[in-house]
Amino acid sequence: MSNTSKNFLQSSIGKKLVMGLTGLFLISFLVVHCFLNAFIFFNDGGLMFNVGAMFMAKNPLIRAMEYVLFIGLIWHMVQALILTIENNKARPINYAYHNGSANSKWYSRSMGILGTLLLLFLIVHLAHFWVKSRFTGLPGEDANGNENLYAVMQQVFAIWWVVVIYVTGCISLAYHLLHGFPSAFQTMGWNHPKYNPLILKVGTAFSIIVPLIFALMPIAMFAGWVK
Amino acid sequence: MSSGNMKITLKVWRQRNAKTNGQLATYQLNDISPDMSFLEMFDVLNEQLIVKGEDPVAFDHDCREGICGACSMFINGRPHGPKNKVTTCQLHMRSFKDGDTIVVEPWRAAAFPVIKDLTVDRSAFDRIIAKGGYISVNTGNAQDANSLPIPKVDADKAFEAAACIGCGACVATCKNSSAMLFVSAKISQLALLPQGQVERVARAKNMVAQMDAEGFGNCTNTGACEVECPKGISLENIARMNREFYVANLKD
Repeated sequence: MSNTSKNFLQSSIGKKLVMGLTGLFLISFLVVHCFLNAFIFFNDGGLMFNVGAMFMAKNPLIRAMEYVLFIGLIWHMVQALILTIENNKARPINYAYHNGSANSKWYSRSMGILGTLLLLFLIVHLAHFWVKSRFTGLPGEDANGNENLYAVMQQVFAIWWVVVIYVTGCISLAYHLLHGFPSAFQTMGWNHPKYNPLILKVGTAFSIIVPLIFALMPIAMFAGWVK
Repeated sequence: MSSGNMKITLKVWRQRNAKTNGQLATYQLNDISPDMSFLEMFDVLNEQLIVKGEDPVAFDHDCREGICGACSMFINGRPHGPKNKVTTCQLHMRSFKDGDTIVVEPWRAAAFPVIKDLTVDRSAFDRIIAKGGYISVNTGNAQDANSLPIPKVDADKAFEAAACIGCGACVATCKNSSAMLFVSAKISQLALLPQGQVERVARAKNMVAQMDAEGFGNCTNTGACEVECPKGISLENIARMNREFYVANLKD
C-alpha cells in the first residue's frame, strides 16, 4: 500500500489539530491574563495591578509573545472560518427537521457563533485597554510612579452597558471553553477511560472559574467593591 | 396489544432523482399496528400507493434484523428515529403515539447524493474502504488458531470497532456531515490487531485522504455520532485515528 495523502495541514485531521493546539495556546494566555488582572482584588487602589501591567508592558519576552499570541489568535480564527465554510458545503441541503439537542450540547454545535461573539467582545476590549496602553497613552501615573492602567479600568467600568458587554463576553467564553477544553484533548488523541473524567472535570472547572474571575472584575469595579 | 389501532401522519421526502429538487409529501395511515417495524409501516404505505397507481417511496433495506446497515431514514430529526442504538428496521411503531406526525428524510450530505426519495448513494464509504480498510494475506490453509496470540483487551476493542455496519448514521446526524466515526472504526479494527500492522501507516494516511476527497465535513467533537450509532461505536476510535494519523505523518 503506497501513501497517497496530501499535506498534513490541508487534511481534515491536520486542520482539527491546528484548532486544538491554537485553542490550548489561547487557554494558556487566559491563565496569565486572569492571574495578573486578579491583582485588582488586592483593593490597594491598583498599585499591585499597575506593577503587573508595567511588567507585561516592558518585559521584552512578553513583548515578543504578544506577536505570537496574535498569530495564534488569527490562526485559530482563520482556520475556524475555513472549516465552517467547508462544513457548510458538506451539507448543501439542510434537514427540514434536525433534533440536534437529542445527541449533543448546544454549545458544542455553536462554537462558531460563540467565537464570533468573543471576537466582537475582543475588538471592544482591545479598544478599551490595549490601544490606550500601546498607542494612545495612559492618563498619568499612580503613587508608585507606574503607568496607571488601573485608572483606565475604573473609567471604562463606570458605564453599566460596558459592564454588560464584558459579562456577556465572559459567558460566551465560558461556553466556548466548556466544549473547547476537552475537545482539544480528544483532537490530540488523548481519549482514555482512565483520564477522560479528569480532563472533563478540570475542563469544566476551568471553564467556570476563569470566566467568573474575569466577569467579577468589571462587576466589582462598577459596584465599588474595589476602589 | 391490539393491532391496527394507530393513526399516523407521515411527511416523507419525495425526490424523483439526483438531478431534480425534492419536497416533503404528506400521507395519512390509519391501520398501523404498534408491533410493526418502521419499515413494515413503509411497506403498508407503499402498498396503498401502488393500489392508487402512485409511485411507491424508495427506501433502502436488506436484512431487516439490524445487522446489515442498509436501512437509513432520518426520522423526526434523528437517524434511525428516537431510540438509541437501533437501526430503522429494529424501530417499532410502539415507539410512537397514536396520532403522531413523523417527518422522514434521507441522509443529507454532499458525499451521500440522493438516488431517489429516501435512498442515498453511500458508495463513498466503499471507496474509503478500498483505500486501506483491508489486510494483505496470503491465501492457503488457515493457520493454527493460537499461532498469533492477541491480548483479550485488544481483541475486544478491535471487535467493538468492527461492529460498525457502515450505515452512515454518524454522517447523517453530524452537523458537519463528518465521516470520522466510520473511518476511525475501520482504521481501529485493523490497527489493534497484529494482522493490520503491515499497512498501518499508509492505511491511516490513505483512508483519511479519501475521506477528505469525498467531501465529508470536518469533525468538531460534538459527540452526536457516538450517541446515534446503532452499534455504539465510541469516540475513542476517533482519538485513535487521530493518533494513527499523526504517527503516520511523522513516520512517512
